[in-house]
Amino acid sequence: MADTAVLAAQTVAAKARPAGTALAARLAELDLPTGGFTRAARADAAARLEAMGLPGARDEYWRYTDPAPFNAPTADALAYTDRESTLFGGIDRLKLVFVDGRFDASASDALEGEGLEITTLAAADAAGDHWAADLYGKLEASGQKPVKRPFAVLNTLAAVDGVLIRVTGKVSRPVHVMYRRVALDADVTVHHVVRLEEGSELTLLETGGIGARSNVAMEVELGREARFHHIASKRADDAKVGIGHVFARVGEGALFKSFTLSVNGSMMRNEGVIEIVGDDAVAHIAAAVLGDGGEGRFHHDDTVFITHAAERCESRQVYKKVLKNGAHGIFQGKILVKPGAQKTDGYQISQGLLLDEGSQFLAKPELEIYADDVKCSHGSTTGALDETAMFYLRSRGVPKEQAVVLLVLSFLADALDEIEDDRLRGDILTRLDEWLTSRASA
Amino acid sequence: MLNIKNLHVKLEDEDKQILKGVDLTVPAGEVHAIMGPNGSGKSTLSYVLSGRDGYEVTEGEASLYDHDLLDMEPEERAAAGLFLAFQYPVEIPGVGNLTFLRTAVNAQRKARGEEELSSGEFLKLVREKAKTLQIDAEMLKRPVNVGFSGGEKKRNEILQMAMLEPKMCILDETDSGLDVDAMRLVAEGVNALRSPERSFLVITHYQRLLDHIKPDVVHIMSNGRIIKTGGPELALEVEKNGYGDLLAEVG
Repeated sequence: MADTAVLAAQTVAAKARPAGTALAARLAELDLPTGGFTRAARADAAARLEAMGLPGARDEYWRYTDPAPFNAPTADALAYTDRESTLFGGIDRLKLVFVDGRFDASASDALEGEGLEITTLAAADAAGDHWAADLYGKLEASGQKPVKRPFAVLNTLAAVDGVLIRVTGKVSRPVHVMYRRVALDADVTVHHVVRLEEGSELTLLETGGIGARSNVAMEVELGREARFHHIASKRADDAKVGIGHVFARVGEGALFKSFTLSVNGSMMRNEGVIEIVGDDAVAHIAAAVLGDGGEGRFHHDDTVFITHAAERCESRQVYKKVLKNGAHGIFQGKILVKPGAQKTDGYQISQGLLLDEGSQFLAKPELEIYADDVKCSHGSTTGALDETAMFYLRSRGVPKEQAVVLLVLSFLADALDEIEDDRLRGDILTRLDEWLTSRASA
Repeated sequence: MLNIKNLHVKLEDEDKQILKGVDLTVPAGEVHAIMGPNGSGKSTLSYVLSGRDGYEVTEGEASLYDHDLLDMEPEERAAAGLFLAFQYPVEIPGVGNLTFLRTAVNAQRKARGEEELSSGEFLKLVREKAKTLQIDAEMLKRPVNVGFSGGEKKRNEILQMAMLEPKMCILDETDSGLDVDAMRLVAEGVNALRSPERSFLVITHYQRLLDHIKPDVVHIMSNGRIIKTGGPELALEVEKNGYGDLLAEVG
């Protein structure tokens, strides 16, 4: 089955081309890798994508976000300021640099570390056999039920590079994936796979400009008692159009925590798909989003699906979006408690802070529960800055612009609290403060 | 000194007149109390003086020394030396009490063209002032007023007052929700701040706060106007007979 993936993809393209479908046009522009250890997964993805097609505006899961920019065959060019992200600069970490979605060994640290086995997708995929074969495209595929996620399938099919990390011990030094952009129209597909073995620990950081359009997928498997912290920061010119998927499978007693700061994009969608499969596990996913529609369009969509399939597990979704100048924020979050997942503790909060009347926050919280001894709660609010709190601060002499900054930070606090490490949270806070202060009067 | 002349105020959103010609002068160094039944306009007066939205001044003026208060933003009034201790201090989750205090102190210094306090100077000052109010380090670190008891919130207001060193302090029902011990502690904090340069306007329903913070002058407010002014004995009279007699007397 030498070139199955390519053949399958070409078949999709060939079949579709006469009809001129969106999928055929989309695939025609991609350099589809043949694949080594990923070959079977890519072939499977090609077949699944053919059956599924690209989403249309009428798909239930795309009701609030127009998939057109993701469906378009090519990316629109995006200018960017030539500045390196300095976030987490003061922290000792293992740096992995990706330029336009491809690993740059010369700019990166050596791929080694205590308790770590690291390689890149491109390098490993040249060989036929790899531990990541058990996961690549597998968590993604299992995350397709009951909701279809075509761009994750496309990612499995088309990913050119990424990082493959196997964690065997408690790693204290975070691994930092740093994205850099060069080409103005870079259309980037990156796929990371992380496996945490029993009792291991890792913190993974992601920052920087990925591409004019980006499609990033990450599959994470947490073994028994493993702990994984993920902190991503995406800023204004990092991507114009971006979609990201995090697929996690959380084992017994394990802890999964993911936090994303977004101050970017004109069209962003982040999907979190977490399946808790072991008893007594914990999964938290959080985001702080700051959107300014004044710099062009701003549309930010977080779509989350957490499945409880084990007993005594805890999940938390904390989403906070600050929107101004006509920015749009979307949240679709679901907790599914499977039969037998007793003593589940599921919590979900999504909040929009609208700094003007033209901005909009839409939330679709969902609970689906098939066990009778569970505690699940969800809440969603949309509102303006609290006038009493504004007056309180100003009556103490704090100027209006500075009072807004303090109240925005106050609003985001619950999401930021999901970052356990004080230094990392401090860095994110500093970044936020700078961003807010620089725009306070805008 | 605070000078209020013929102040008329209505609600911005509805045609409801709240203050109907308030005249009041509080000279430097004096403590004045305003008492009055519910709905007489006491809290409205404190909000209008400190610049809260939602009110429209239809007539009259108010000045603090040479500052025309009614033309200023709330933060400008604060920098000019006005301070309002809230009846219900606001909780601000996620913002540390120290951060809040330092931001306020330095914003006011900056507005007055003074040098901002360094981290070290600020901490030294705040610890010193907090100690006398029995505010511990833990309370300083916690988010502003979050999880504070009623007494802690009011003490925190007085701490802000002590840090900001205003010329004119308005206390809006500072005694509400306080037990006897907490009230004494708050009153001691206020008394410690009394000075020949600083004036106080104490708004209260009850005489008991005035047992602890002794006023020079007591005003009775009713239906948007000050209807009677006298010495501390006026407060005792209210405590004994209620407002009924006074209101009837004025007609």
